[in-house]
Amino acid sequence: MNLTEKILARHSGRRKVAPGEFIEASVDLILANDVTAPLAIAEFEKAGARKVFDPDRIVLVPDHFTPCKDIRSAEMVKKLREFSRRYGVRFYEIGRAGIEHALLPEEGLILPGELIIGADSHTCTYGALGAFSTGVGSTDVAAAMISGRVWLKVPEAMKLVYTGRRQPWVGGKDLILYTIGLIGVDGARYQTMELTGPAIDSLPMDDRFTMCNMVIEAGAKNGIILPDTITLSYLTEVAPQKKVTLDWPGCEADATWKKCLEIDVSLIEPQVAAPPLPSNSRSVREFAGQRIDQVVIGSCTNGRLSDLRRAAAIFRYGSVHPEVRAIIIPATQKIYQQAMAEGLMDIFLKAGCVISPPTCGPCLGGHMGVLGKNEVAIATTNRNFIGRMGDTSSQVYLANPEVAAASALKGRIAHPEEVLP
Amino acid sequence: MTLKGKVWTVGDHVNTDEIIAARYLNTTDGKELAAHCLEGLRPELVKQVSQGDFLVAGENFGCGSSREHAPLAIKEAGFSVVIACSFARIFLRNAINIGLPVIEIPSAREIKEGDLLEIDFQKGKIRNLTRKVEYTWSGYPPFLQELIESGGLMKWVTRKYIGSD
Ligand code: SF4
Repeated sequence: MNLTEKILARHSGRRKVAPGEFIEASVDLILANDVTAPLAIAEFEKAGARKVFDPDRIVLVPDHFTPCKDIRSAEMVKKLREFSRRYGVRFYEIGRAGIEHALLPEEGLILPGELIIGADSHTCTYGALGAFSTGVGSTDVAAAMISGRVWLKVPEAMKLVYTGRRQPWVGGKDLILYTIGLIGVDGARYQTMELTGPAIDSLPMDDRFTMCNMVIEAGAKNGIILPDTITLSYLTEVAPQKKVTLDWPGCEADATWKKCLEIDVSLIEPQVAAPPLPSNSRSVREFAGQRIDQVVIGSCTNGRLSDLRRAAAIFRYGSVHPEVRAIIIPATQKIYQQAMAEGLMDIFLKAGCVISPPTCGPCLGGHMGVLGKNEVAIATTNRNFIGRMGDTSSQVYLANPEVAAASALKGRIAHPEEVLP
Repeated sequence: MTLKGKVWTVGDHVNTDEIIAARYLNTTDGKELAAHCLEGLRPELVKQVSQGDFLVAGENFGCGSSREHAPLAIKEAGFSVVIACSFARIFLRNAINIGLPVIEIPSAREIKEGDLLEIDFQKGKIRNLTRKVEYTWSGYPPFLQELIESGGLMKWVTRKYIGSD
């Protein structure tokens, strides 16, 4: 069995599971946000449930439209708050929270080998810590809050082996954009993407989160990376009391794969994905010159501390182009504080960026930087679908933080090397 | 169960932002969501569909976010079934969980806008009355069939977990 199958077998009380089988698995953690939890709560109540299976294993994070952008979103968040008071489930208020997929790992809520479901498609992010985590719907969350269980189909698995050394300015974002470009937006539909190889072994934790975050953009059910010393040192920091060890079983020799793909990362240049699909990824050089109106650096994909460090390393060299707005969104309160302590915020402010509180905001066209007609943005987010950041005629290009920052300075899509002195 | 309806078509990789844009997600009211169904793709469509019509799509229908508002908007807009060459997985499970029948057949592409279809769920047959062709469909795996027959996930869970409380 591969890593995912082992976790699924363990959570469904079976010795073995095989692709295509339907199982009912126990869940270690359930997540919902201000958009998806209200529907889940309504279903929960409609079913006449009087208690949740385990309040400690349910986490509600208001992040999409918070700090609430309008009366209706305020009413939705109120439902989460009230539900959490009534049933004792975890609720992260703004000022102590952030974007769910950056927050949960940071809070030490995710451990290797666990099974996590979330009513948000980017729940797949936690595979970076060696957990099985996948996005589901609100009704799934309602049902799991009652039963502690979820129905799943055991996915087939794709093994990706990344070899070679990364070029300068190339991070996890570029590797995953390149991969999606290679296999397509449904290249891993219904499958596990197990990310392996020497280039993954040396990849920092934040970049691993970025990669697993975007496996859904290839249609995958989950992405997963075998825990190693990098995982361990991250977990020692965020969850010191949990005493995680590395006696973790890897894949068995008889693990079967639907497909194996080797990718030499030394050939990958910083990537940009043109609208309207994340699979439209090519070297940034092919887009140099594309005019932009707005730059967004943030989101559950690239709003972590190392992303802000990378952006700041570029913004030090200049000011935001007069015809461009640059928006920086630290993904969580803690990241905000750390960035502040390191002096990154000063760099952003001096360069003429605006800093938003932690929120999904413009990533889904919610608030804090929505695009008008025909406007063009380059963003470190994960989706460039039609109308994703605003008007249906607006456009989003996806990139890593350095490319986004360099583009902010140039007023057009630019390679980071263009702005270095 | 046999359903008869008129077809409306969309293409490949129709994503959840196109089905229901995020700016409308500050409500969970199905009727309100339905008013903006597929607005990003075919803004005029919701006004033209009649109760019971079918939506037919290409590959990877419903990719993108996990918003259950997407199948909900489609259901409330009046579509009784979605047929596609393939579905994105979260959309598929959401549709099944909320009781919106979805049918995956590779030849969905041959079905054209305006065609009249008759779907026989028991026999797994789709008859294109306009073009006089018939497609077969293998039905749902037994687990999903049980879920659907219980009336959706909540009914299934309620019976299993709350009924015995
Ligand atoms: S940052 Fe964007 S992709 Fe991530 S959870 Fe928020 S809306 Fe979704």
